[in-house]
Amino acid sequence: MGIRFILMVNKQGQTRLAQYFEYLTLEERRTLEGEIVRKCLARNEQQCSFVEHRTYKIVYRRYASLFFLVGVDNEENELAILEFIHLLVETMDRHFGNVCELDIMFHLEKAHFMLEEMVMNGCIVETSKANILAPIQLMDKTS
Amino acid sequence: MNPFSSGTRLRDMIRAIRACKTAAEERAVIRKECASIRAAVSDNDNDYRHRNLAKLMFIHMLGYPTHFGQMECLKLIAAPGFPEKRIGYLGLMLLLDERQEVLMLVTNSLKQDLNHANQYIVGLALCALGNICSAEMARDLAPEVERLLQFRDPNIRKKAALCSIRIVKKVPDLAENFVNPVASLLKEKHHGVLLTGIQLCIELCNHSEEALEYFRKKCTEGLVKVLKDVVNSSYAPEYDISGIADPFLHIRLLHLLRVLGHGDADASDSMNDILAQVATKTESNKNAGNAILYECVETIMSIEDISGLRVLAINILGRFLSNRDNNIRYVALNMLMKAVSVDDQAVQRHRTTILECVKDSDASIRKRALELIYLLVNESNVKALTKELIDYLQVSDQDFKGDLTAKICSIVEKLSPDKIWYIDQMLKVLFEAGNHVKDEVWHALIVVITNASNLHGYTVRLLYKAIQKSADQETLVRVAVWCIGEYGDMLVNNIGMLNLEDPITVTENDAVDVVETAIKHHSSDLTTRAMCLIALLKLSSRFPSCSQRIKDIVTQSKGSLLLELQQRSIEFDSIIEKHQNIRSALVERMPVLDEATFSGRKAGSILAAAVSTSLNSVNGVSTSAAAPLVDLLDLGADEPATAAPTSSGGNFLQDLLDVGTSPFPSQSGTTQAQKNGTDVLLDLLSIGSPPPENSSSAPDILSLSQDNKISVSPLDSLSSATAPSVQASSTAMMDLLDGFDPSPPPTKDNGTAYPPIVAFESSSLRLMFNFSKQSGSPQVTEIVANFTNKSSNVYTNFIFQAAVPKFLQLHLEPASSNTLPGNGNESITQKLRVTNSQHGKKSMVMRIRISYKLNNKDVLEEGQISNFPRDL
Repeated sequence: MGIRFILMVNKQGQTRLAQYFEYLTLEERRTLEGEIVRKCLARNEQQCSFVEHRTYKIVYRRYASLFFLVGVDNEENELAILEFIHLLVETMDRHFGNVCELDIMFHLEKAHFMLEEMVMNGCIVETSKANILAPIQLMDKTS
Repeated sequence: MNPFSSGTRLRDMIRAIRACKTAAEERAVIRKECASIRAAVSDNDNDYRHRNLAKLMFIHMLGYPTHFGQMECLKLIAAPGFPEKRIGYLGLMLLLDERQEVLMLVTNSLKQDLNHANQYIVGLALCALGNICSAEMARDLAPEVERLLQFRDPNIRKKAALCSIRIVKKVPDLAENFVNPVASLLKEKHHGVLLTGIQLCIELCNHSEEALEYFRKKCTEGLVKVLKDVVNSSYAPEYDISGIADPFLHIRLLHLLRVLGHGDADASDSMNDILAQVATKTESNKNAGNAILYECVETIMSIEDISGLRVLAINILGRFLSNRDNNIRYVALNMLMKAVSVDDQAVQRHRTTILECVKDSDASIRKRALELIYLLVNESNVKALTKELIDYLQVSDQDFKGDLTAKICSIVEKLSPDKIWYIDQMLKVLFEAGNHVKDEVWHALIVVITNASNLHGYTVRLLYKAIQKSADQETLVRVAVWCIGEYGDMLVNNIGMLNLEDPITVTENDAVDVVETAIKHHSSDLTTRAMCLIALLKLSSRFPSCSQRIKDIVTQSKGSLLLELQQRSIEFDSIIEKHQNIRSALVERMPVLDEATFSGRKAGSILAAAVSTSLNSVNGVSTSAAAPLVDLLDLGADEPATAAPTSSGGNFLQDLLDVGTSPFPSQSGTTQAQKNGTDVLLDLLSIGSPPPENSSSAPDILSLSQDNKISVSPLDSLSSATAPSVQASSTAMMDLLDGFDPSPPPTKDNGTAYPPIVAFESSSLRLMFNFSKQSGSPQVTEIVANFTNKSSNVYTNFIFQAAVPKFLQLHLEPASSNTLPGNGNESITQKLRVTNSQHGKKSMVMRIRISYKLNNKDVLEEGQISNFPRDL
């Protein structure tokens, strides 16, 4: 329900983070990522952030060199998902401080942890940055 | 120490991968890493396990298989420390999925962790469970999760709520257990818990009616109050997004209210005020505000009608539509599509804006706007809208043209007020984008044209002018050629002029010019050329003075490589030359096609059409003009192109009525007739048609194939007309068939063993057929074909192709080889299986084509085999 997958892809089309909430084989994932990324990267600034692909919609936003793509069901509120993407970026920004693509790459697990706190099973769980970052900061302190 | 031992840190590996310049290098690095990880796994190395798993996850994200790491995840989960568990669960969620059996092993660890003292570990377990549990795991662990719904820590509660959603989805029976706890969840103060509680509630409502009723009674007021609090709440820094406190919560609450209010008037009433408040007070200059408004509008649209609110909602949408931001417009168009079903009038007011959106530069918006316009079209505005759409068609992109054309055609078809407007619009569409127009559409156009008898002259003149301007749209050429053929005399003599037309002078030669250009044009495909030939035949009868010229043109196609054209041109040439007495009767005006049966046929034969288009044959004319015979091999000759006509000219009437005895009755009906040489009689339209339903068993000839038009002198009932005309022309037909009659079959062979025959022999090749039949299936004959090379050269790329008439089914197995050495040293064998559905009534015939390479030159040999033993 809701969100089907979240992808972070850079301008060359390389996947930097992939979280799927439904089951797809490796082959399917690769083809899916290839198709979607090609569609989104080809669009310019003026066009709207929603792309329709097969049975679901992709909501995307570009931050510097990284594209955030979220695949959602057709019934989902697209503008809310746009907000969610922005929330995600702000959360990561607060944790890493001026987050950039390399930060996500080298601390992939932390990025995943953050995402997990925010989205579970395709539904948005937590939207308060303090609550999201609390366990992660705790873990950093202990390790 | 090995530089790639498990001691490599994650970031070093990532650096190494990034340093690779080619994909092959990257693969090599990954392979090395995987090898060392595998070694570490088998060594049961404890220290670097979590590091290895992190590396595995990265590798998995890049798309490489990582199954060997799955047991590592389990070991990590079972470890006591929090970091290890963390990585273990993360790995579990990323690398595994619910279908793997390995998951069952985790159940026990999960159970222990759900009861752990450390609440973060409990949270981890819940998270993992919520993301990938399977049905059995859900059943096992559901009681634990239920208990955790009332845990003291709100974080755990929220995770437990989301976990329950998944459990309810996987095991619907357990849903009742969760209904009660949810009611208390909805009274929470913590936003996270509230959010997830709402989602659980929505899931339960979607799942069962009783849950819906329960929540409706108990929780609606509570929810309304919560929403009021959230809307009116003061600044809360944690949840604030661009000035609005927790828009996500807003949206979720609105969603739940939508679910509860749908179909229920009381609930809708209680929501009235708050919805109005949200709709009016929310600021819409920020995206968050717009998101809330969007959700609000959606809710208003779905709950029971409160008229004031509806107007409010549509106004908001109107505001959205004129917003500069593309996202907002897209969302508005989406909403309006749903609104149209509810309140058509209000949406009509925004018609012009929507029309502007059809021309927008953004592809998604264009698509949505086009669909919306399609829903908005009705009798009063159809003319204006169509005009706009057709104007846009001229400037639209190629990929959009297809959609646009389809929509315009269906609008025009459904809502055209009169025939002349219909014809006008369709001609414009054909002119602009004929190549995107589907076959059914221009068939329907022709049906309409024939029905509009007063417009025949007008139509043909319009088409003539259009084709003079540009002839690059194939469909336009086809329709024009057909009309000129039918109504050529009207064109030349300016018959049937309407008031709004200017007279044009068209001589007979001009008309023939048009058809000649079409047939000679290099990009005309098989169907177009075939139609041109028929049109020429008609014109030769209507314009006797051009008869010689037409004959020359037709003769040029005699040598065509395409069987259909060859056959038609030979037959028509024969008619023009030898059979002038019947020619005019043959090509008389088409009778009016009954539109009602046509549309009924079309509706019923959509399925059949799907089958026939997949078989790629258009009324016996193969649309793969490039190599019609090659298709035979691919499909095992399911749909052979035309082949040698059968010798039984007299019983073609029975063939016509023989619906259902062969797998493709309509094709057999029409193409049988074709091969009998009476295709001229039956196939004057000669355009593709989807076959009719098999169930039409009425002997009405017209009902057999919608395009099975028999042009006879006007008679009241068509079915009785065919019989006499058939009889009258059958004798004439016999003459036509002179050139095609196969030699009389050889001596009958009554035994079940049939002698082998020399099927084909030329100076360089011999082909022998050996027959065998299996007892019990007399219709099926197994043939073993033997090719021997009579010359001394080697033939390479040897390919054998065969075509059979409709009542036969041919199945070709692969040949033993495709090189034929010289001097008959070795032979190629190939098995064929032929099923004769007219076993006993008709004997087999076959047309063959053999192609091979001799000294690197392509050689082609063709022939017809008609000396099959009878009773085969």
